[in-house]
Amino acid sequence: MVTRRELLLGTAGGWLVEQVWAGEAAGSASADTLTALAGKKPLIRRALRPPNFETPLADLAAPFTRNDAFFVRYHLAVVPHVDPAAWRLQIAGASAQRPLTLSLKELRGGFEHVSVVAVNQCAGNRRGLFTPRVPGVQWGNGAMGNARWRGVRLRDVLQRAGVAPDALEVVFDGADSPVLPATPDFLKSLPIERALDENTLIAFEMNGQPLPHWNGAPARLIVPGWVGTYWVKHLTAIRIEPQPFDGFWMKAAYRVPTGAFPGRRFASQENAETTPVTELMVNSLITSHVSGARLRRGERVELAGKAWDGGASPATSRARACGAGSAWSSPARRGTAAPASRGWRCPPTAGRAGVRRRCSLIWDALRGASSTSPSTPRGPARWTWRCGRAAAAARSSPTN
Amino acid sequence: MTGAGRRAAALLTAPVLAGASALLWAAAGAEGIQLKDAPGRDLTTGRCILCHSLEYIPSNAPAMNRAAWQKSIQKMKERFGAPITDEEAKQILDYLDGSYSGKS
Repeated sequence: MVTRRELLLGTAGGWLVEQVWAGEAAGSASADTLTALAGKKPLIRRALRPPNFETPLADLAAPFTRNDAFFVRYHLAVVPHVDPAAWRLQIAGASAQRPLTLSLKELRGGFEHVSVVAVNQCAGNRRGLFTPRVPGVQWGNGAMGNARWRGVRLRDVLQRAGVAPDALEVVFDGADSPVLPATPDFLKSLPIERALDENTLIAFEMNGQPLPHWNGAPARLIVPGWVGTYWVKHLTAIRIEPQPFDGFWMKAAYRVPTGAFPGRRFASQENAETTPVTELMVNSLITSHVSGARLRRGERVELAGKAWDGGASPATSRARACGAGSAWSSPARRGTAAPASRGWRCPPTAGRAGVRRRCSLIWDALRGASSTSPSTPRGPARWTWRCGRAAAAARSSPTN
Repeated sequence: MTGAGRRAAALLTAPVLAGASALLWAAAGAEGIQLKDAPGRDLTTGRCILCHSLEYIPSNAPAMNRAAWQKSIQKMKERFGAPITDEEAKQILDYLDGSYSGKS
């Protein structure tokens, strides 16, 4: 539990360690403020409280995103430092046959350890790049990261508690809480089948290290392929329930128009108008060049980027240039990624900048044969303000 | 958070709300953000920073107009339980619309 003093310290900016300008650090013209939370390198500050910090483009280039560069996203401003020795995880609910409570030692020692590589991406990533602009945290490209997560299968823990045949959803609560008692606490639910999926984990390690505080220590949920809103941090309670969970963050937030997007449906939370956002959509990002980069005509360009999606079939990608007098297109490649990975792929590609004037470099991500990402961020304000789900190909526009 | 934790949080926040407005004001300064000077700024700052720092206001301005601000204030009041009276809500709306409506 956070003390009053800690709350006020947090309120008064006690999280702050260092502040620089993104423009100076990244060599870009961006006026974004970089601020370091304790234990993090300077990240793009979208909001100090609740903490919302974005990974700079340069830190998205590596195959795995460093823990101290990994984005931070909270809805509620009271984020206690959890003592791992005192931490307990409660597993209960109307459809739990043998409710139990686990210490971190019992969680680590009582179940098989497994790891998965997966992209954690906020549902609202790239909201700030939409035209027209939509309200919400104005994320650029960096409300995401790729990591190797290690922990135990949620399934194994749930089965220890006994999953009754009538189980419909599993509800997750974390230690973070609102400032005002009247504000809805951040609880999320998963359909029982997704909770029992072998890749859904309770993780206590990230890239071989204990989870950083700002990424959910001592244990968080990992839901590979699903948007970050389900990856509940600082887990404290899990409930197996026979009814659809009725909380604000399921019924009123993170919803999109029913039938508007591909991906898994969350049937017990769906109504005729809206449905919860679930899987990541096929997506891509150029990491080697920033928008507005200048190239010499004929220069050989080494392009680097990522392709990822939330489905079982990983994204392939290809780079191409378009615009007046533009040059080249690379064949679609899969790149390399860990086996059975839900992480992003980073195929290398190169070409010569044959452009005369302004052109766009586009990094297409493809799922299967037919699905490709749209070339610009888009989406009607009606749904994007609610979820900001950005299905965007990264676009860079070099000139010479 | 558990039920017990929630009750503790409720006990915790009551004195904070009652007795720490000066500290919260200091917090707005420490967070390095000041809203534009216009009538209603102090009220808006005082109510908003109870739960969140002020970056949200300028960063969202390009997406906002009067109707959007009205909706946002209503959401804070009704969904998130922000302690804002109807009269205060009107002053806050006038201020935000006057200073931070960037959408045509």
